[in-house]
Amino acid sequence: MTATSDNLSMLEAPGINWRRQIRFALVGGLSSAFIALAGMPVGLDGRNIIRPILSMGYLALLWVPFVFASLAGSVVILEGMTERERDAKDLAAGALVGLGSSSGLILLMILIQNFNLRDPLVNWSPQLLNLLSFDRSIGLGMLLWLILGTTLGLLGGAMHVVPGKVRSRILAVALAVFAVSVLETFLTDLLEGFGLEVLTDFVYYKRGGLEVLGAVVVAALTLMIPLMVGSKIKDIKTRVVEMPNEERRRVNLLLLTVCAALMLVLPFFLGKITNELLANVGLFVLLALGLNIVVGLAGILDLGYVAFFAVGGYTTAVLTSPNSPGFSPELPWPVALIVVVVLTGIVGLFIGAPVIRMRGDYLAIVTLGFGEIIRLLFLSDWLSGWFGGAQGITNIPGVDVGIGTVKGTDPRSVFLLVLVFCAIAIYVSWRLEHSRLGRAWMAIREDEDVAEAMGVNTTNTKLMAFVVGAVLASFSGAIFSAKVGSIFPTSFLMLVSIIILVVVIVGGMGNIVGVIVGALVLIGVLGGPKQPGLLQEFSQFKLLIYGALLVWMMLKRPEGLVPNVRRTRELHQEEFLQDAWLKGEIDTDDHEDSP
Amino acid sequence: MSMLEIRDLSVTFGGLHALKNLNFHVDEGEIVSVIGPNGAGKTTFFNMISGMITPTTGDIVFEGESLLGLDPSQVTERGIARTFQNVRLFANMTILENVMVAQHCRTDQRVFGALFQTKSFKSEEEAIRNYGEEVLSFFGSRLVGYRLDQPASVLSYANRRRLEVARAMATRPRLLLLDEPVAGMNPRESAELTALIGRLRSEWGFTVVMIEHDMSVVRDVSDRVVVLDHGETIAQGSYDQVANDPKVIEAYLGRPVGSDVAAEEEAP
Repeated sequence: MTATSDNLSMLEAPGINWRRQIRFALVGGLSSAFIALAGMPVGLDGRNIIRPILSMGYLALLWVPFVFASLAGSVVILEGMTERERDAKDLAAGALVGLGSSSGLILLMILIQNFNLRDPLVNWSPQLLNLLSFDRSIGLGMLLWLILGTTLGLLGGAMHVVPGKVRSRILAVALAVFAVSVLETFLTDLLEGFGLEVLTDFVYYKRGGLEVLGAVVVAALTLMIPLMVGSKIKDIKTRVVEMPNEERRRVNLLLLTVCAALMLVLPFFLGKITNELLANVGLFVLLALGLNIVVGLAGILDLGYVAFFAVGGYTTAVLTSPNSPGFSPELPWPVALIVVVVLTGIVGLFIGAPVIRMRGDYLAIVTLGFGEIIRLLFLSDWLSGWFGGAQGITNIPGVDVGIGTVKGTDPRSVFLLVLVFCAIAIYVSWRLEHSRLGRAWMAIREDEDVAEAMGVNTTNTKLMAFVVGAVLASFSGAIFSAKVGSIFPTSFLMLVSIIILVVVIVGGMGNIVGVIVGALVLIGVLGGPKQPGLLQEFSQFKLLIYGALLVWMMLKRPEGLVPNVRRTRELHQEEFLQDAWLKGEIDTDDHEDSP
Repeated sequence: MSMLEIRDLSVTFGGLHALKNLNFHVDEGEIVSVIGPNGAGKTTFFNMISGMITPTTGDIVFEGESLLGLDPSQVTERGIARTFQNVRLFANMTILENVMVAQHCRTDQRVFGALFQTKSFKSEEEAIRNYGEEVLSFFGSRLVGYRLDQPASVLSYANRRRLEVARAMATRPRLLLLDEPVAGMNPRESAELTALIGRLRSEWGFTVVMIEHDMSVVRDVSDRVVVLDHGETIAQGSYDQVANDPKVIEAYLGRPVGSDVAAEEEAP
């Protein structure tokens, strides 16, 4: 345990790896060209970030030189190494990467001008050329890209030259301006609810995007606020951490109550669009919480989770709608819900029973199949007498809750209903995780054979995970069908399963907060399979971004945005052990006396 | 009657006889060691008792009832717990959770209790926790205190072995199967664990069957030694009897080239 860095000679991190810089430059160039040809610049040009300087379309290209230059310059500092002194060479390397990235676009411009490849490449168009040349002549456009690319690359490289504090400030400002701009709909709506339109009118341009002055204000605030309250927050944090357990629990409870109260009040200050958006997010939170139990806790990779959502939705439709073709008891929603929960639980058992005898890849593929089977059953002519086939079931009534009716035309009520069920789902997940069943799930995730040998009946325990997951999904399905008012097989494509899984993975497997954050970021900002998010312009690139995000997460942060401590350990076991060893947490043990 | 009785047990993997017509018994309160060269079928033997492999022929009777056809979890529920040769802890669960989860088959609270935090749920959780700590404190201060909430992966090798034993103990077995409990430990640690194995019987009332390569441990704790080679019992009896059995010596050291058994008997 005494071997710390001081008895190793301090090594300096290696100098600039020019081969790496060139590789990044090339990849940057290809990425830029790919983004341009995917149609992002043209498709997103309508959305302003800062009017009139920057639109989302240009941002989709401009981040490339900056980020790639900064990535190319980053070096992993190993134990016992000192960081190399950065100098002008790093700036030059950054500029090179930036230049490489933008030359991809320049090349593309030349090609578009001289050849016509519109047939396979839809976005090979004069509009793209126009946009790339900034509505000026091609030559000027190329020159501008050269300058822009190099400058941005230079700045990216400069990120490593400036001290860390400055770097994080710059990133915070950029992120804040971007976030405020993206959250425009939400913030306008919220502030309008509080009667503070003055603020948003000042910051935002009428037709979307920040005003230049607004952006400056946001940037200034981002710089100021940490200076003013940063230390105070830290003080409060340390005080809470140092509190005795009993007191800390009380503070936590208080915070929780305040948050819950705020959430309940929030819908009343929000407009229709935002309520609708948040209701959609809530539906996905419900689904993701359910899948989190199956995938995150019990470690069963279920790719057909949408089946339970579908069963929940269809059962509700059949039981409540007067238009249900086969059997139409027209039950009130709360009564129907009980049937829905029981029935989906049974379906969970039936699908689960054959599936859970398999493991790993086989299990994933079989669940995928079952997900599709359920959808095709609802679509089939054979059962169209019950479920309406492709016509679906329409005219599903809202939820009568005494004081009013929850229905799709009143998103606020839907959001409130979703909130209630989210609360239930969170409670269920939390309690089960810390119970005998939760421990058994975790043991199965860690090592199924050993769990079985230690007396855990793995078949029943895994089935239980399936059933609990199914029931949570059925809540979501029941609300979905009352909210939309009609239900079709196309609402339950395989894509939904995948997107829920991405939400769980990106948010952080096995972590309730992570799952909620994941749903807010993915469904709220980018949008769900059919539901628009805050960035409505993104809808055609949604899957591209989902995929890119998933790949990036898997490579760089497999534990998700809000990691579960345990999952992080699992995924970074070696690093974790190394850290523990350095901190002296791993015992070498031979020095104790026998008891 | 014996606590565990194994009759004419055979298992074949394809054409390979992993175990051939094995007869074996353990009486209540005994400590029996199973030894044999690598590949003799010792671990297969354990896997069979704990239900992870189904024997091709033969019967395993524990306390008068056959264990054939039971899942490993059911075998554990009957009162047989095992450890693994290549330590297989739930590495990312805490040390306390490792012994808590092992009490799964001795407890029965389900979803309802957890959701409504019923009195019986709370008292059961409390009991699981307490019993877990009790089991862990059997190993002195090593696995308790601040360690309780640390992940099992940070433990040293010897402590992982100890936790393996603790986890098996937490299932409240009557028969404990230890697969090389002191492998990889230094002499002092293995001597200490040897003493603990004796205490497992005297204080906890466990019957122990142990696979072990460390002959000093085998000598110190076992009442009886069974030697396996190529899936067959080649000798059994007290340590001294077995240690001097020419067949055993042959199995371990091999027969000298060009000599027969008679010649070898003269050799020592």
